[in-house]
Amino acid sequence: MGYALNFNLIWRHFDKLWGGLLLSLELAVISIAIGIVIGLVLAVWYVSAGRVVRTIIAAYVEFIRNVPLILLVYLVFYGLPTVVDLAYSAPTSFILTLSVYSGAYLVEVFRSGLEAVPRGQLDAGKAIGLTPWQRLIHVRLPTMLRITLPALSNTFISLFKDTSIASVISVPELTYGAQWINFNTFRIVEVYLVTTAMYLLTGYALLFGLRLVERRFRAAR
Amino acid sequence: MSTSSNDTRALLDVRDVSKSFGVVQVLRSVSLQVTRGEVVTVIGPSGSGKTTLLRCVNFLESYDSGSIRIDGKEVGFRDPGTRQRRSERDLAAMRAETGMVFQSFNLFPHLTAAGNIMLGLRKVRGKSEAEARSIAEHWLGRVGLAHKADSLPAELSGGQQQRVGIARAVAMEPKILLLDEITSALDPELVGEVLAVVRSLAEDGMTMLMVTHEMAFARDASSRIVFMADGGVSAVGPPKEILAAETTNERLRTFLARFRASHF
Repeated sequence: MGYALNFNLIWRHFDKLWGGLLLSLELAVISIAIGIVIGLVLAVWYVSAGRVVRTIIAAYVEFIRNVPLILLVYLVFYGLPTVVDLAYSAPTSFILTLSVYSGAYLVEVFRSGLEAVPRGQLDAGKAIGLTPWQRLIHVRLPTMLRITLPALSNTFISLFKDTSIASVISVPELTYGAQWINFNTFRIVEVYLVTTAMYLLTGYALLFGLRLVERRFRAAR
Repeated sequence: MSTSSNDTRALLDVRDVSKSFGVVQVLRSVSLQVTRGEVVTVIGPSGSGKTTLLRCVNFLESYDSGSIRIDGKEVGFRDPGTRQRRSERDLAAMRAETGMVFQSFNLFPHLTAAGNIMLGLRKVRGKSEAEARSIAEHWLGRVGLAHKADSLPAELSGGQQQRVGIARAVAMEPKILLLDEITSALDPELVGEVLAVVRSLAEDGMTMLMVTHEMAFARDASSRIVFMADGGVSAVGPPKEILAAETTNERLRTFLARFRASHF
C-alpha cells in the first residue's frame, strides 16, 4: 500500500463537513416533522375510513415505498418544475420530497400502532362517555405512541441517513461537503472516513436520545 | 341519585332484544327489567349471550331488534320504532349514564389510578382538575386504594386494578353499573377484595347488572338472578327461587351440576 493517510487537508476544510452536518440535520428535522403530520393525519383517517380512502392512502404508501428515493428527488427537483409553474431551491425541493417520503413510512408505523391499541381500552373510553375525538386524543394516541416508539426511532434514524441523497441535487449537506473535499483534495479515504464517523456519531446520538424517551414512556406503562 | 324520574318504573328496561353475529343468534328476544337499587345477576353457561347482553345495554354492541331503555330513554337508537342509530355524541352522552367494569380491567395504561378516574370526570363531566382529583381520591379511598392514587396500572395487582376500574365507573355517578365477569381474570385470592367492594356499593343502593361465575356471591348479593341459556332468558327470580327451580328447569340443573362439579 502506497497510500499514506493525511488528515490535514480534511481539517482545513472541515467547515464544509460541519456545515453540511448541520444542514443534514435541518433537512431531516423539518422533513420528519412534516412527515409526522402527514403520517398521523393519514393513519387516523385510514383506520376510521371506508374502502375508497383506504385504497388511496395504501396506494400512496405503496408508491413511495416501491420507488427509490433518489428517483423521487430527481422527479421533484427536475421533473415537477417543468410540468407545473413552480420554482424552488434545491433544499426546499428535497424537503418537499423527503416529507412526502417519510410521511408514507410514518403512515405505516402509526397505522399499525393505532390498530394495535387493545380494543378493551377503546371500550373503556366509550363506556365512560368519551366522544370519538376524545377517545382518539386521550386513549388511542397515547397508547399508540407507546407501542410505536421503537419503530419510530428506527424510521427517524433511517430518514436522517436518507438526507445524504440530497447531494445529487447539490444541496450542500454532509455527503455533498464530503464530495466537495474529495474533488478538491483527492483525500478520498480520509474524507469518507471522517464523514462516516460523523454520520455514525450523529446516528448514535439520535438513537440515544430516542431511547431515553422510550425508557421514560416504558416506565410510565 | 336521580330525583326527577318515576321510581316505580324499571330503570333498565330491555324488551325483546335479539342479535345475531352472522348466522349465530346470540340473543333471542331477551327481556329484562331492573328497578332502581336492584342488583340483578346474570348467570349461565359461556356462549349463552350474557356478556353480549351487557354490552348492548351501553351500546358497545348494537342489536338487531327490540328496545333497551334506561330511565325511559332509548339507548342506542333515536326514537322508538326507528332503527336510526344515535349520533356518536349522543351515544357518548348516553354511555356516561351507565358505568361498566370489564373482565380484563381495561385501565388506561398511560394514566395513574387517579388519572384513570379523572379522565371521564374532566372530559365528560367537565369538572375542574382539583374537583376531579378530590372525587378520584374519595373513590380510591372507598375501594381501599387511597395510597395508590399516583400508581400506574402496571404497578398494581390485578385485584387493585379492578378496584380502580370500579372506582372509575362509579365516580361518574352512573344510573346503573354493568359488571362483566369482573373477577374472572383474577387469581382466586384476589377475588374477595373485589367482591367486597361490589357488596359495599350494593349496600349503598347502587343499581347493578352483573354477569358472574361467582355463584355464592350471586346468591348472597343479588335481588334477582337471571339464568340465560342459548341466548334467551331461561329463568328469572330471587336467588332462592332460582336455585330451587333446579328441579323443574332441566337446563339450569345441568348448568348448576356442571358448575358444582368444577367449583366445589
